[in-house]
This record gives sequence, structure tokens and C-alpha cells, in this order.
Amino acid sequence: MIEALLTLWNELPLLLQLGFKIGAILLPLLGAVAYYTLAERKVIAYMHVRIGPNRVGPRGLLQPIADAVKLMFKEMIIPTHADRYLFLIAPILALAPALGAWAVVPFTDSLVLADIDASLLYVLALTSMGVYGVVIAGWASNSKYAFLGAMRSAAQIVAYEIAMGFALVGVLMAAGSLNLREIVLVQSGGIQQWFFLPLFPLFLVYLISGVAETNRSPFDVVEGESEIVAGFHVDYSGMGFAVFFLAEYANMILISALTVIMFLGGWHAPFAIAPFTWVPGIVWFLGKLAAVAFLFLWFRATFPRYRYDQIMRLGWKVFIPVTLVWITVIGVARFFTPIGHWFG
Amino acid sequence: MTFLEIVFYVFSAVLIASSLLVVTVRNPVRAALFLVLAFFSAACLWLTLEAEFLAITLVLVYVGAVMVLFLFVIMMLDIDIAQMRAGFANYLPLGLIVALVMVGELTLVMLSGEFGDAELPRPVGQPADYSNTEALGRLVYTDYVFAFELAAVILLVAIIAAISLTLRRRPETRYQAPEEQVKVRKEDRIRIVRMPSRPGEDP
Repeated sequence: MIEALLTLWNELPLLLQLGFKIGAILLPLLGAVAYYTLAERKVIAYMHVRIGPNRVGPRGLLQPIADAVKLMFKEMIIPTHADRYLFLIAPILALAPALGAWAVVPFTDSLVLADIDASLLYVLALTSMGVYGVVIAGWASNSKYAFLGAMRSAAQIVAYEIAMGFALVGVLMAAGSLNLREIVLVQSGGIQQWFFLPLFPLFLVYLISGVAETNRSPFDVVEGESEIVAGFHVDYSGMGFAVFFLAEYANMILISALTVIMFLGGWHAPFAIAPFTWVPGIVWFLGKLAAVAFLFLWFRATFPRYRYDQIMRLGWKVFIPVTLVWITVIGVARFFTPIGHWFG
Repeated sequence: MTFLEIVFYVFSAVLIASSLLVVTVRNPVRAALFLVLAFFSAACLWLTLEAEFLAITLVLVYVGAVMVLFLFVIMMLDIDIAQMRAGFANYLPLGLIVALVMVGELTLVMLSGEFGDAELPRPVGQPADYSNTEALGRLVYTDYVFAFELAAVILLVAIIAAISLTLRRRPETRYQAPEEQVKVRKEDRIRIVRMPSRPGEDP
């Protein structure tokens, strides 16, 4: 049976095989995005001592589907004097990098779509392109609020990308490789080998920069509903709005996955002994991913929004010096201290 | 035609078309976005040459950072197209001369015999475990370390110069001092007062 399926699989044309593989990553991802929105509403509701959505389906479980159907059938309004093509292309530019980056994410040792050599750089390059969707949307809407959102977004993302990049420099110094799969393989052998311990400041910087990069609360000045209505997507309705929504949540899941891969040991069990190693790697990976993704929701329910100047101060004056100092610490520790092996 | 050649021609066509549009399109924001597309297509062409590190770095640096700042500035400009087009005829002869000189120089360089098929043979493919990133890193940090450090120092000087040129001290602006805020204790800010709720009553 399995061999018959394998021969059938090998006989398929290469493009069709690739299409199936891409579908096998993207369809569960989009499902996860849909239910992440429900999880967000439920988790925040319980943190607020509310119940949250509970009308559609048993315990509100069909709410994301109802939302999707509603958004699909709403009219998409293009504002007067908006730049029509850029207005329509902006949501696509926001979503495409968030999905494209999943091509190199290693789910387990063998489960990765494209095991390329510089996958860490590839991810960094693609996530840095996500800002175009926001900036173009803000400009093409021909609205002052949207434009303010776009300006804030451009400044914020440039600031935090540098801190994020420096945090990743620390990771690749410790791992000695730009390949995400090898970065996880270096962290094998239990929780004490995971990079979040030797690189703890970089771990914090990366996680917080990740929240800022995805424009999530408390760094959501780009949307800032109390100041600039809904920021860059104030003029979007229907599917345009839905695609921005998808992009934001897909980005959050991506940042969670990358945090797990680079700092929390990827698919490795926390203890390399019997009962833990029986659990398949993908379960560990998805479990850690869900735990990090939960943090995003927790932050949103906990912290008030940063003021714009506070965001800039944190990015430029705190995170960048911290990462630079820790990169030096890694280098010195590796070559001049007895615990150097711990740093890679 | 192999798959690689199809990829090459597709991305070259996109690259040339978008570069032409950068200089011909009226709207400056669209021009900047076509420049982004041109960079991206160039990165894809480098990928076909197995130069993945350079390709990704081009996207990371130019598309991800430099062009975002470009857009940031261009979007805030209020450009009057009519005013920009004024004097087109006056500048045309000079522009044509500069263009012709540049085309002539490029033609001379290309015809000098240094760029023929014999001088620049098609690069041979590397084995699958070859790491372009690692090879580049080794070269930059061993053979060319002096040039590399020199470039780094020049960039550092440029950064400091740019910051010192634009730095304005504005004493009237009130800045937040988080280190002072963190140090604040309850005793510094509030005072507990005991007072009678009714006249004549002990507090």
C-alpha cells in the first residue's frame, strides 16, 4: 500500500509534487491563522473575565469561518483618488512574504520544503519586505490617517529590523551556520543546549523585536485605533482587509516558529531521555510554537501601547547596544573561557 | 531552451522593463517601486549564478532597508509634475550629449575584448554541498581583510558625519528619562495626610 503510494508519488511531474508540498504547508497554515484569531479573542476575553465569541457553532468554534465568509462577500470599496493598482496590490505584498518565508522552515530533521544554505538570510530578507504592503497601502489610500500609519510603520520596522538582524548574528555565531536545520541540530541534547540560555539577552531582543515587526500590541502604533483610527488599513474593506489580517497573523506564527527554531531547540525534546524522546519531533515543534504564539496574545491583553518616541528609544538606544555587547560576549566566551563550548 | 535559460530571460525582461519604467513613469512613488522590482529581478538573476549570498543580501539591504527609506522620503514630497517638466526643451540637448557620451563609453568598454566569451567563460556549476556564503566569508576575512576593514572604517566615519551634521540640540524639548522614572519610590510622590472627617473629631 505505502510502496504503491510512493511509486505513484514519484511518477507525478515535479511541478505537481512541488505544488502538493506547498499546499501541505500553506493549507494548515491558513487554518492555523483562522483559529489563531479565534484563540486571540477567546484568550483575551478570559483574561478580561469575559466569555468571548460563543454564538457560531459549539462554543464559538465556527466563528473564524463566519468571519471569513462575511469578509469575502462584503463589497471592497476603493476610495476616490486612491491609486487603484497600488491599493489593490498592497495586501498581496503584505501576505506574500509572510507565506514565502515558510519555504525554508524546518518542521523536523527531514520535513523542510527547501533546505537551502542561507535560509536564515532568506527569512530575514523576506520578512524585511513585509513593510512594503503597509507603506504602499498607507500611501495609495490617499488618506491622512493611513499615511500616518505608513510613516510610523516604515520608521518602526527599519529600527527593529537592525536589532533583529544583530540578534540573529549572535545565533549564527553560536551555531556556525546560516542553515535553519543545522541551527536546530546544533541545539540537540536537552534544554541546557538550547540557545535561549547562552544567548538570553538576544532571545529577549528577538522576541520583542518580533512583536514590533508584526505591529502587534504594545507596538501597534501603526494601527493605533485610538489615535489614527486603524492606521494603514483604515480604507480597506472586504477581502483587502481580510488579506491584511491574514498577513498579520501569518507573520506572528512565522516569528513564533523562528523563535522556536533559533532559541528553543526546534523539534528537540527538552530532555534527551526516554519518555520525552518517544514524542515525535513535530509535536515538540508545534507545541513550542503554540507556547510562543500564546505570548503574543498575552502581551496584547497585558501591556498598554508604547508611545512613538518610547518605541524609537527602545529600538535604537536599548536593543542595538544590548545585541552588540552580547555579540562581543559570545566571541570572547567562545575563545577565552572554559565554557566556550556552551556558546557553540 | 533549458529551464534555467527560461528563468534567465524572464527575469532579464522584467529587469530591463522595470528599469526603463523607473525613468519614464510620471509618479515618483511608482518609480521607486519599479526600482524595487528591478533590484528584486537582479537578485533573482544572481540566484541563477549560484551567488545566493549576494542575491539575498541585495534584497535584504536594498529592498528591505534602503528603498523603504527612499519611499519614506518620496511619499512626503509634494511634487508638481508640470513644474518639473518645465524647461524640458532647454535641457534636452545637454541631456542627449551626456547620454551619447555614456553609451559611447560603455560601447568602447564592451568592445575592448575583455568581455568576450573566451575571456569570461560560463561559470561551471558547483557541487550541491558548496556554500557560497562560507566561501565569500573566508575570502573577505582572509585575503581581503584589509580592504574589508577599510570599508568598514569609511562607513563608520560616514555614519558619524551624517549624525553630527543632522544633530540638533533642542533644550526646550522635554525628554523622558526612564532611568529616573524607574528610581521613583512611593515616598517621593505621595504624602499620606491624616485629617478629621468631621470638625472636632480625632483623626
